Amino acid sequence: MHLFPQDRCLICHEIIHPAIGWGALFSQEKEHFICPKCDGRFEKIDGEACRICNRPFHSLDGKFRDGNLCHDCYRWEEEPEWQGFLDKNNSLFLYNDFLKEVIAKFKFRGDYVLAKVFAPFFKDELARIAPDFLVPIPLSRERLVERGFNQAAALLIASGYPTTELLTRIHSEKQSKKSRSERIHLPQVFKVEPNISLEGKKVVLVDDIYTTGSTLRHAAKLLKEAGAASIQSLTIAR
Amino acid sequence: MRFTIKNGILLPSNTIEDSRPISQIPALPQPPLNQDYHFNGNLQQLLTGKQLLLNDIPFPLNEIQSHYENGYVTYRHGIIYKGKQPACARCGNKDQQWFAYYPCARCGETCLYCRQCIMMGRISGCTPLIGWNGPVPDTIHPEKISQWQGTLSKGQSEASNRVVGAIQENKELLVWAVCGAGKTEVLFAGIEAALAAKKRICIATPRTDVVLELTPRLKAAFPEITVASLYGGSEDRHLYAPLTIATTHQLLRFYHAFDALILDEVDAFPYTVEESLQHAAIQARNPASAMIYLTATPNEKWQRECRSGKRAFTTIPARFHRHPLPVPEFIWCGNWQKRLQKNRMPVNVLRWINERIQANKQALVFFPHISLMETALPILRQFAQTIEAVHAEDPDRKEKVQKMRAKEIPLLLTTTILERGVTFPNIDVAVIGAEDTIFTESALVQIAGRAGRSKDHPKGKITFFHYGKTDEMLKAKRQIIEMNREGLKRGLLDC
Repeated sequence: MHLFPQDRCLICHEIIHPAIGWGALFSQEKEHFICPKCDGRFEKIDGEACRICNRPFHSLDGKFRDGNLCHDCYRWEEEPEWQGFLDKNNSLFLYNDFLKEVIAKFKFRGDYVLAKVFAPFFKDELARIAPDFLVPIPLSRERLVERGFNQAAALLIASGYPTTELLTRIHSEKQSKKSRSERIHLPQVFKVEPNISLEGKKVVLVDDIYTTGSTLRHAAKLLKEAGAASIQSLTIAR
Repeated sequence: MRFTIKNGILLPSNTIEDSRPISQIPALPQPPLNQDYHFNGNLQQLLTGKQLLLNDIPFPLNEIQSHYENGYVTYRHGIIYKGKQPACARCGNKDQQWFAYYPCARCGETCLYCRQCIMMGRISGCTPLIGWNGPVPDTIHPEKISQWQGTLSKGQSEASNRVVGAIQENKELLVWAVCGAGKTEVLFAGIEAALAAKKRICIATPRTDVVLELTPRLKAAFPEITVASLYGGSEDRHLYAPLTIATTHQLLRFYHAFDALILDEVDAFPYTVEESLQHAAIQARNPASAMIYLTATPNEKWQRECRSGKRAFTTIPARFHRHPLPVPEFIWCGNWQKRLQKNRMPVNVLRWINERIQANKQALVFFPHISLMETALPILRQFAQTIEAVHAEDPDRKEKVQKMRAKEIPLLLTTTILERGVTFPNIDVAVIGAEDTIFTESALVQIAGRAGRSKDHPKGKITFFHYGKTDEMLKAKRQIIEMNREGLKRGLLDC
């Protein structure tokens, strides 16, 4: 029995020592989910970045940049059948080794409670974007049963936002094993829920990682064709 | 997963109304063994002595279920409730802070899960632990099991006989062998005896590198025996073997598997800190089985139990090369931390290091904390630019140890990470700040055990620089002197 349970870091399980000061005394204490040391290992995305996918330019070779777009987005936008579907991606952190470990534990090991680590950041972003619909990227039925939960939906639930299941997956193969060109030239992997009107709506797609943007662009294309006014995406990692 | 009970048998079910998650079914029925059933031999190999999750088993659920219905497979609770208090059946966790909940797509309820052992796959309220209840796979051993050609020292062979006895009689035994005594060779006769009696035997050690180092040695000693080598991500996961070498963590996947379990470095992290590993070791053994503990430095409680006769033990007080253990020397070095803050170091420490560099004698220098070590590094590099420092999170750790072996580094600064396991043939050893609480008796004995390892250079100098002697330092020195005395008395030393 712990009479006075101390907050423990959800990532490293060390005890979190609360900061003592006037602020802590007079304002309502925020709940602490991670320790300052783990917090410091996340690298926030800031500075100049690609207009669409949010890829920071400071770590990118100049030859992979075309104006205010990165070369990947430039190539997507060049193709008429993919042009202008994804308006903007928002990502919280760089996909560094530390974040890789945390996301792997969250998604593949299935440590659901780690969604709380990202929830405060998701709340801030979603308050800023103010979407009409929040759509988690769906898993196939078989993968959902294997993992026990959908990691994108878990992030939204932990942030206190409702999810709208506008999409279902028709293909079940794993994305992570495919090359870029295989991903891009894949037939449509999603279908849209027909009974919800998307006319003029602002939709935000939610996923854990933005890698090539192919999943998100496939989903965005479908939703725009179904009438949505704008599609943004929100992910933990870029 | 949800189950329903029909005719005294558990059936997986997807309908919510008449079924429950497995943890909410208090008594799990086990059908009797159907002798006429043709079981799958691969499933038998995989499951014998194990406790696995459905995701770990590359066979479809209906095949597993059919083996269960015929009595060959067991379902156990993943989470066990005592009243309202949950416990993880695999790692023994009962701590509220190590449990969490999630909305589960498998059982459709808010499911409790254990975070402590989640790296081995998630155990939740609706998870069955799957095991084997049928016959054990047949193993046919060659007439001559051991091909080991080496010889044992007198001390080793005395200990070896005790190990054989303990394994034959299913007893517990502590083998207390000094660093460099040659612990592994002491096990060979015991392993052979176990295998000859068709016993399943396992050597568990805290670290993956030790598993990787032991595997080829055991395969060479027992060339016709199947050896499973288990660590995170190893390929032998599905292999049934009479002889298993595993990291202590891998024991979490075993249940009543071994007739003899050898636990290496029982005093070391993480075994002593993580109760789950101690739980795992107990679960992995058969109720009637032998347990051999190996260590150079048993903790105080165990030492007391040995002295008062409560714990069966045997010592190997001398090294294989029959020279006494070098005894550490204590040297007071003043408030060295304060000096370091001013970017200086005690004069006697600097002199000690300079002498080594001048004489071209390699040395390991231990520090209690990374930050202090990193402040000291630039100061010490005035003697040689090639001096390096290493710690647990150093990405270049392996390369630096390799360079030290190749004699490309004259002096290696380190935290306690190199306190055990690594051997350099001819080195001196210093501890800066031996009074720090991180340097326990066992840590200091292990550190002292780095010096004088090879028979060509059996003498090495060990110096503990301190700012006030501690009990732990005195106990460490006493333990080393005591071992030398015993070695002399039993005629295990030449001097």
